Amino acid sequence: MSTLTRGRQRREPSKVPYYIVLVLLSLFALGPLVVLVFNSLKSNAEIGRNPMGPPLSPVFENFPTAWSQGNFATTLVNSTILTTGTIVGVCIIAGTAAYAMARLDLPGTNAVLLYLFVASALPFQLFIVPLFFLWSTIQLTNTLFGLIVIYWAIFSPFATLLLRSYLVALPRGFEDAARIDGATELQVLLRVVLPLSWPGFLTIALVSGLGAWNEFFFAITFIQDENLKPVTTSFLAFQSTFSRDWGLTSAASIIIILPVVVLFLGLQRRFINGLTAGGLKG
Amino acid sequence: MTAWLFMLPLVVVNVLVILGPSVATIYYSFTEWSGIGPAEFVGLQNYRDIVADGDFWTALMHNLIWTAIFLTVPIAMGLLGAFLLSQITRFQMVFRVLYFIPYVIASVVNAALWKNILDPTRGIGSVLASVGIPFLDGVSFFGSERLALPAVAFVDNWHWWGFVVLLFLTALQSVDKELYEAARVDGANRWQQFINVTIPGIRATLVFVVLMTIIGSLLVFDYIYIITQGGPAGASEVVGTLMYKEAFARFEAGYAAAMGLGLSFLSGLIILVFLYLRRRGWEI
Repeated sequence: MSTLTRGRQRREPSKVPYYIVLVLLSLFALGPLVVLVFNSLKSNAEIGRNPMGPPLSPVFENFPTAWSQGNFATTLVNSTILTTGTIVGVCIIAGTAAYAMARLDLPGTNAVLLYLFVASALPFQLFIVPLFFLWSTIQLTNTLFGLIVIYWAIFSPFATLLLRSYLVALPRGFEDAARIDGATELQVLLRVVLPLSWPGFLTIALVSGLGAWNEFFFAITFIQDENLKPVTTSFLAFQSTFSRDWGLTSAASIIIILPVVVLFLGLQRRFINGLTAGGLKG
Repeated sequence: MTAWLFMLPLVVVNVLVILGPSVATIYYSFTEWSGIGPAEFVGLQNYRDIVADGDFWTALMHNLIWTAIFLTVPIAMGLLGAFLLSQITRFQMVFRVLYFIPYVIASVVNAALWKNILDPTRGIGSVLASVGIPFLDGVSFFGSERLALPAVAFVDNWHWWGFVVLLFLTALQSVDKELYEAARVDGANRWQQFINVTIPGIRATLVFVVLMTIIGSLLVFDYIYIITQGGPAGASEVVGTLMYKEAFARFEAGYAAAMGLGLSFLSGLIILVFLYLRRRGWEI
């Protein structure tokens, strides 16, 4: 067979139809968000005339009004405390646990792995009722710390599994050298393993931080105090008060999602790899 | 010993938040309890009540409808998106990021967004009507008993399908390119390549997504609670929201514990079946 005919047979089919469908799917994913941005820039009167289209006479009042009416000066601080506290705690809890499993020959590692797999899939329906009772009894309801502890518990099994698989793949040579030089296990972890495994830590920080920022169920169950609410549950109340004022609710929505979207666009690869990692291990 | 010392933080928070309360749920499910104060042991009464509770069965039926929706729509969209993405190189990363954005946005914001877009008087229906497509005008998606459940599922799916695309895409990228080449040489068209090369190549991920979908659908809560609170008239009530109301609105904590335990038992059973099949040598 001549090279010419082989070449013709193996010619790539046109990719144009692929791109058309992919663009349609992008419109489905992004269209609603574009409408959200449009509406945040419209007065209520304009939304009445033009509920979906681009703003013809853009206004910016919605943002300052939503900021003050939505109590964002307080709720953004609450969400930041929750997110930071969750990230720091999860990194410590998962970091030490993953290190114990990957490096310290933890007895019963397989049983622990199975437990973590089960725990990361356990439904909140199983423990919410007694947990609420326990938290009321020890006065952790209506406290940010009480909510952070819950986030530690629900995000750390997944983070531990992810970090462990990361640590297992790291070469042990440097650690052994440090031990020979007389370093304690804690020093080995902090001075040798941590600097080598920061991408793993960054990934679990992003995943648990995103989880804490967006979390709804535990926040609405455990925090009733308006001044302690994070942006998510506070927004729910805000949205039912101003349900017809789309300009205002759209501006509030953007205030909530902007930090997440910016961070996501900046660290897209790491976010996507971290969030889909659970699906890959199966 | 040092090893277990390093495990201590994980063990402590896990026992305190998850394991301890989970075990306590077993006890409380056999009691009449308001959620505060002492619980009174009533044996199997709560379970008998659940079996006789019409609302529970209606809610469970809604969970099954939800499962059916999520086993088809997002998985089909995910396979389609991932397959197309795997066939292109230019702009692939851009599409991946765009599809993923809804997944990182808070559920309360997604819900508010779609409440506006699907509004009966000012939403997409009225916009379509103004350009001559009247059939969605005035339709109250979340206020109609017939449409509430699928409408909420639609919103949840909007934030979910892009995640499924990326799960499938990662799996697809590990499928040997030579197999497509071989199929093409054998004269297989795109659809035949998809069925005979793509699907077998990503079977593990497919099974995982199916498993995650079934369990997630049994336990669904957020979007329904945020958008319809289970209404109108229970039309979108699922076991997760029903149980929440029993515990925190009707103060039937013992009854809610039994319901939560039943639900967890079901999802645990599904995981066990999965693990059993895997141990039996199924490649899943």
